[in-house]
Amino acid sequence: MSPRIKVLRKVLSPPVIKGFKPYGLQAGQQHSEVVNLLYEEYEALRLSDYDKLNHHQASIMMGVSRPTFTRIYASALQKVAKAMVEGRQISIEGGKVYFDSDWYQCSDCHCYFNNPQKDIVVENCPLCGHDQIHQFDFVNESEDDHPTNCEDYCVCPGCGFEKKHRFGDPCNQQTCPECNHLMIRKRSTDPKKQKNEKP
Amino acid sequence: MKIAIASNGNTLESTLDLSFGRCAYFVIYDSETKAMEFIPNPNRDLEEGAGPASVNIIASRNANKIISSEFGVKIKPLLDSLKIQMIVLKEPTKTIQQIINMLSH
Repeated sequence: MSPRIKVLRKVLSPPVIKGFKPYGLQAGQQHSEVVNLLYEEYEALRLSDYDKLNHHQASIMMGVSRPTFTRIYASALQKVAKAMVEGRQISIEGGKVYFDSDWYQCSDCHCYFNNPQKDIVVENCPLCGHDQIHQFDFVNESEDDHPTNCEDYCVCPGCGFEKKHRFGDPCNQQTCPECNHLMIRKRSTDPKKQKNEKP
Repeated sequence: MKIAIASNGNTLESTLDLSFGRCAYFVIYDSETKAMEFIPNPNRDLEEGAGPASVNIIASRNANKIISSEFGVKIKPLLDSLKIQMIVLKEPTKTIQQIINMLSH
């Protein structure tokens, strides 16, 4: 029976170099065989040790399960250690990966598009040719998707200035534009009462 | 450059289909020769894997852009690795003729 097909792993961008070479008098004399570090293993090292994410967060970034990420990471460490101890070259290539692409939105025809070729900079909308495009931000967009169902206001205790509360921005970290006082939250509805009202 | 459009009919008055993998017809439009070809989608009634099968068809025609109003979750990694550009147009009332007019800006 053939083994189960591997899920494509998401890699943010290809590494800046193709590999590493040992140096010194003994370099490359004993073992000439190259250690092949796969792209997914490079990405696992980058996420876990360079970006200091935990395995759970990193596995989500790569689109694999947490145990799979841990296996990829263990294999990466094994290969790097082998190359260092035995003085072998490391070449970074291969692996079952795809490179994540950036998304853009055109302000004229309101279409969304991605740029699969990272080395080419997009300037025009591929659909209508308009040059008014901007990078599509998933984080901001998802906030807009969840309409803030709080009708609260941020109030300045000093001068009484009010502004509508924005979901995710704590009032006590904002300053009043009029008198630079720290703001406080004014609830239009008591959350405890609301809970009780629900059947 | 060849552009694939997901259409729900085989005329120029047909509109953009709501899904890519299970759309009725693919329109392959060549922006240089202005030629177009309507391909009926054989994966329309598949229970599973319609998206990847449709990507195969598009890739075998050497199209490098796809216009649809939705793309499924299995397609994105595939298209990224094949370097095919995805264009999401959230206007299902647009006809194929209108989209082709937009392309020939």
